[in-house]
Amino acid sequence: MRIVLPEALRELAGGRPVVEMRVGAGAGATDGAPGPVADDRHSVGGVLGALRASHPGLHDRLMTEQGVLRPHVNIFVDGENIRFTGGLRTRVGAGSEIFVLPAISGG
Amino acid sequence: MKTSARFEVSGGNTVLLLGTTKGAFLARARDGGGWEVAGPHFPGEEVYAMAYDDRAGRSRLWAAPGSPFWGTTLRFSDDFGATWSGKDERRIGFPEDSELSLKRIWQIRPGSEAEPDVIRLGVEPACLFESRDAGDSWQPVEGLLNHPHRERWQPGAGGLCLHTIVGDGEPGGRMMIAISAAGAYRSDDGGATWEARNHGVRAEFLPDKHPEFGQCVHKIAHHPTNPGRLFLQNHWGLYRSEDWGDTWVDIANGVPSDFGFAMAMHPGDPDTVYVVPIESDGFRCTPDAKLRVYRTRDGGTSWHPLTEGLPQENAYETVLRDALATLAPGQVFFGTRSGKVYASRDDGDSWELVRDGLPPVVCVKAGVA
Repeated sequence: MRIVLPEALRELAGGRPVVEMRVGAGAGATDGAPGPVADDRHSVGGVLGALRASHPGLHDRLMTEQGVLRPHVNIFVDGENIRFTGGLRTRVGAGSEIFVLPAISGG
Repeated sequence: MKTSARFEVSGGNTVLLLGTTKGAFLARARDGGGWEVAGPHFPGEEVYAMAYDDRAGRSRLWAAPGSPFWGTTLRFSDDFGATWSGKDERRIGFPEDSELSLKRIWQIRPGSEAEPDVIRLGVEPACLFESRDAGDSWQPVEGLLNHPHRERWQPGAGGLCLHTIVGDGEPGGRMMIAISAAGAYRSDDGGATWEARNHGVRAEFLPDKHPEFGQCVHKIAHHPTNPGRLFLQNHWGLYRSEDWGDTWVDIANGVPSDFGFAMAMHPGDPDTVYVVPIESDGFRCTPDAKLRVYRTRDGGTSWHPLTEGLPQENAYETVLRDALATLAPGQVFFGTRSGKVYASRDDGDSWELVRDGLPPVVCVKAGVA
């Protein structure tokens, strides 16, 4: 499973545009960083939660301290915005691609 | 995007840190006159808080850029902006059980020379964070985080922000903070406990005009040689306290409006204070379309306009709470919401335009390299 990052966040992943993650048992980053097991190993929330240990800086830019997705961050799983597919409970599989994108809000 | 990243600073140069809603800029006074301006740093991000830390041999810039998408980070530079620390090097966050999330850093306040590794942050939602290792790690100040008044604090137009931190400079000593719109709070024990200190300060927007707390304090200033004497610019009201905020008296003697945001202390004279009056909370522009800084030289007994070099017609300007700064011996600086930055080298008697055309200026700090 891949998390595709926008340019602004790549420095938080060692300059790479993609973070590879495992889902299911042993969920976590596969790039050598410690990969904790998320509570829900098959959801977007679980995958993003796993970033807290492996990529804490990246996690903080996506999620607030309360584990809520920042309001102007859009997450797409396999092309669909998770706001329409169950939010952080949206299911992901081993082959899923999670796109992180800034919303078009702003001034 | 065109940026000016090259910014060479020599020892003794006056350096301005300019936070705007679209990034940070740095300005250096040229030896032969005029100013060199570089930036933007953190383009597209709001920078409401900056600081210059020259304690213990440092020449460190601090900035708190906030992205509308990715939230607020705290960054530093030891080479005047040539490089900045990474986005993930200084993590600031509320405890999970607080049910609070960081929205914005409003103030970065290095401690006194007596505590050279102490730095404090004023943040939104209103809280104080403290570092005792020169910014490597941060903890919320529990006495404010868990203050019993918290559930009744209400945000001002800018949010529920802790924007001002002053203290006596003694480790474990006395501090005062200001929150919009909760008022002034004082700690006599280095931040362990806090009590509201708003007696005499009015709250025009509440049925009870003089509550224990709930005032919308916009800025507090004091002089390090006389820390118990405080000056306060309120959301309507200009005040002085001679007793560390136990009582406040009205000193709006000769200003065109006692509404305003910014306030700064003369670095060398505890009787001299600067403010920039704003017409009203309904029309947040300089009165009579004149850009005037007001100065008192007698502790607020009288105020006089400073206008030389400032536009005196068609100047619908706003100077926000952290966009006015002073620097020894007699330098004064401010930035406007319309993106102008002015400097004075003679206590405010005359002004020069440092730069026009910046994004809205929300923070001005000054230091000597």
